[in-house]
Amino acid sequence: MAATGKSMSLIVTKGTLDWAYPPFILATTAASMGLEVSMFFTFYGLTLLRKKLDLRVTTLGNAAMEMPMMGMHMAMPNLMGAMPGMESLTTTMMKNLIKKKGVASIEELRDLAVEAEIRMIGCQMTLDLFEYQPGDLIDGIELAGAATYIETATKSDINLFI
Amino acid sequence: MSKTVLDVKGLNCPLPILRAKKAIKDIATGSVLEVIATDPGSVKDFDAFCRQTGNELVSQKEAGGVYTFEIKKGA
Repeated sequence: MAATGKSMSLIVTKGTLDWAYPPFILATTAASMGLEVSMFFTFYGLTLLRKKLDLRVTTLGNAAMEMPMMGMHMAMPNLMGAMPGMESLTTTMMKNLIKKKGVASIEELRDLAVEAEIRMIGCQMTLDLFEYQPGDLIDGIELAGAATYIETATKSDINLFI
Repeated sequence: MSKTVLDVKGLNCPLPILRAKKAIKDIATGSVLEVIATDPGSVKDFDAFCRQTGNELVSQKEAGGVYTFEIKKGA
């Protein structure tokens, strides 16, 4: 299929199970539509490049988060969400929903992103800050800084910050 | 004219599009890919996908919550 000549860049700043979805969904879809895609992973987003993903989600500070349950939607008060074990419970519930609704796992979307030859750039500063090693990340990751992103963004038709 | 069938029933956004894109890559120009999906969002999405990629959405129909798209591969 002919490339469109269009391009998109995304800054990925969040590393929770829920927020991992928008960047990977948009990046893989854009690539499938012929766009050249670059993803720049910084701060907590960098954890999405680790070889073994252990993504989690919490209801804390997320008043809009409601889970479908027995035909209703249930929200959890912050005080309950802070109890030991609640983060694991919420994560398990979310992962079950994801499977049940035929939504791809983040691992699957990331594999598709690699396969689509999406350019993935890890933030060198974040790597140093949180004391990760390049070997902690999946293969094929470029390490660079803000100037690399800005140069990429300047040439891109779409730039997103997520 | 040959036709390839891709079943993405039960899969949610963006998997129907990603699987379709892969399948289109493997067929010849002018051939038709039939996609069978259950994701209601795929109706608008296949429209947009085809417009953007230069493939032709020949037909789309719905029956009992199952959507069938025929996509003709463009040059």
